[in-house]
Amino acid sequence: MTDLTRRFMLKATGAIGASLVSAGACVAAATAQESDASSSGAVRAAPNAQLTTYLFLNSDEAAFVEAAVARLIPEDDQWPGALTAGVPNYIDKQLAGAWGVGERLYRSGPWRPGTPAQGYQLPFTPAELFRTSIDAINKELAQAGTPFSTMSSEQQDAYLARLETGGKDLGGVPSNVFFEHLWECTIEGFFSDPVYGGNRDMVAWRMIGFPGAYASYYDLVDQHGIKINRAPMSIGEGPHGGMHLNPDIPAKLP
Amino acid sequence: MAQRLKHVDVVTIGVGLTGSLTALELARAGLKVVGLERGAPRFTVPDFQSPAIHDELRFSIRKAMMQDNVKEAVTFRNSSDETALPIRRWASFLPGTGLGGSFVHWNGQTFRFQAADFIYKSHIEQRYGKKILDPDLTIQDWGVTYGELEPHYDRFEYLLGTSGKAGNIKGAIQPGGNPLEAPRAREYPTPPMKEPYFGALFRKGAESLGYHPYPQPSSNLSQPYTNPEGLALQQCVFCGFCERYACEHYAKASPQTVILPVLLKNPNYELRTNSQVLRINLDSTGKKATGVTYADSTGREFEQPADLVLLTAFPLNNVRMLLLSGIGTPYDPKTGKGVVGRNYTYQTTGGATVFMDESINVNPFMASGANGTMIDDFSGDNFDHARLGFIGGQYIGAIMTGGRPIEFHPTPEGTPRWGLKWKQAVARNYNHAVLVQQHGTSTASRLNYLSLDPTYRDAWGLPLLRMTFDFPENDIRMSQYIADKVVEIGRAMGAKSVTRGGTKRPYNTTVYQSTHNCGGAVMGDDPKTSVVNRYLQCWDVPNVFSIGGSAFPQNGTYNYTGTIGALTYWALDAIKNQYLKAPGPLVHA
Repeated sequence: MTDLTRRFMLKATGAIGASLVSAGACVAAATAQESDASSSGAVRAAPNAQLTTYLFLNSDEAAFVEAAVARLIPEDDQWPGALTAGVPNYIDKQLAGAWGVGERLYRSGPWRPGTPAQGYQLPFTPAELFRTSIDAINKELAQAGTPFSTMSSEQQDAYLARLETGGKDLGGVPSNVFFEHLWECTIEGFFSDPVYGGNRDMVAWRMIGFPGAYASYYDLVDQHGIKINRAPMSIGEGPHGGMHLNPDIPAKLP
Repeated sequence: MAQRLKHVDVVTIGVGLTGSLTALELARAGLKVVGLERGAPRFTVPDFQSPAIHDELRFSIRKAMMQDNVKEAVTFRNSSDETALPIRRWASFLPGTGLGGSFVHWNGQTFRFQAADFIYKSHIEQRYGKKILDPDLTIQDWGVTYGELEPHYDRFEYLLGTSGKAGNIKGAIQPGGNPLEAPRAREYPTPPMKEPYFGALFRKGAESLGYHPYPQPSSNLSQPYTNPEGLALQQCVFCGFCERYACEHYAKASPQTVILPVLLKNPNYELRTNSQVLRINLDSTGKKATGVTYADSTGREFEQPADLVLLTAFPLNNVRMLLLSGIGTPYDPKTGKGVVGRNYTYQTTGGATVFMDESINVNPFMASGANGTMIDDFSGDNFDHARLGFIGGQYIGAIMTGGRPIEFHPTPEGTPRWGLKWKQAVARNYNHAVLVQQHGTSTASRLNYLSLDPTYRDAWGLPLLRMTFDFPENDIRMSQYIADKVVEIGRAMGAKSVTRGGTKRPYNTTVYQSTHNCGGAVMGDDPKTSVVNRYLQCWDVPNVFSIGGSAFPQNGTYNYTGTIGALTYWALDAIKNQYLKAPGPLVHA
């Protein structure tokens, strides 16, 4: 087993789905296999992380995302952070997919800035927004001789805080708009079901005590204050197609 | 060129709550009814099944059950001074789509309004005098009374199997229920839900301050139930995936569980899904509807002739359809003339987060959509407003509906927004925090209205609906007053800390608040200030009825589904027993 799964299995009190453990066990975490810097499909390994195959982010963009999310939700000796939870992988797959190209986004102009109450009014799809913003950030920092991933943690935090405050233009994207997108994606990647590529081994759910996709608490809901020690459950595992139901409650078709 | 179809007696625009109730009654009365639903068909089996339905990202965050903004959005501005811009992604409110509509992914919270709500203008003026009203407020009486609606509330609750405890049966106060509720004829069809820990903590705190906590009425049932249509509903298992999700389990009332299996078997009824109604067609007089034009899933247009057109879509879409069809005079806020779009209201919501000691395991993930414990002591006009300088009120309650972590990861005030201290605070507080909501009245104002947008269009080329809205100052003062009460209750619950709620201006569409959008096609006794009469029949085109939350002259304290159900049965009564016998205006103003 990798460091990740051994360390956090000690905290788990139940069985983890076999599929997730074996995926981790097969991967060598240490060596990075970097292809040409500007192509996607790069395979990267960050420390204590499993290998991620990037479909959308190129190597430089992935380096920024990995370093940024590692500061947004850092590791500590109690619980992993966004990096080991696979948040960069989540973000990459979202950007490469339907949400990235603008699913459910009203995309007609005319385009006007609007008030904060009117919400997002830019023409960028999420994929365009991330690419435009990160490329602008990487270009600025490369010119200054301080790529984001080479900064100290304190410098990285300060840089992210400046993005968050706004007032910086990232190729047309206000920096605070980019920051909000990045932060929201980080939260999603940390806490969503592992089938989406983040929240590896359900570490975020273990951290807070959220049981996941279980279906039934009828017998427990009035046992006020009871401590739930069950291992969390993902959509992607468990009795195949089975529901966790009190067997006394019949599910009848009308 | 639209293909003209065979004539039918009735067509419903939308097959959600109101579309299915009306269709069954009229099909049973012998009429040929066609239901046009713009979304796809979907059923408990196979579409709502576990484990896939328990996917927070897909349903809560990506809004899988909601209207697709790519096809049809709404534009928004806080005031007429601004230019409305598209709501490019839903946040503040979430219009649904698909067979069953929003009644599939609602929370099951099933209330009756207060008696005073239906005669709001008369009641407020009588109790406090006109001077209590800010000059822009346009509150109105509904034209129907609670007493007239009571049997229809009863019928709706028994259709759904709503779980609760009566607090007032024909004037006799009942222990265990809400002593402040409007009187009802009999008990709820099923007993109240089990009370989760957050409810018990709230109950204790509220009682210690002399308030009257009661169990929230729930249409996620407390026990198995067979409804008057012979359909069996099951017991809710508190899965914590209620609002935004469909119920896999037949425990949440929806058209799929309480009526559709019967409706779809009726030989007088035909359901057509993936059918986007584009307009109601009128004859050359403009006073009679001849039917509707709709586009199917390939974009082909059809004309469906009908004698009776029922507008049974989501409230915002009812109003839009009237505007697109040229029915009634659109409201102009500059002159105050016109009625369609007038008195648009919403819901004034907010709440506090009550952080408890780490020894208290709240377990918020064990929850149902309507298993709250709440008080009506500050609802509506239940308290004396004489020296307060505002009207209206809010219910207060611990109403947690799940612990889904993308949406729920509270941290106390002063916690950094991200980083290590944030993460540690999330881990420390997730299972020890209670959300206490305040939820209430939205007062009508001459400044808030719906209209057609001059610039932005939907995928069919039709103008989007434009929403002009901000919370009236009255509602802000009301909400801030009650926010202080919420903090007191939080402290009485034994909180370590309480983050205060309360609504502020401007209304911001980027944060979820409520999907209770009301008005725009309001009911009343006066055609100068209403679009439909007390039977929800259009004054201008008597063979069109507009049924839904669009009829509310202003919004009361409570979630509006119960009242929409009651109004639907009330209107149906008039259609069956009066209109069908003598088609024409039911009220002569």
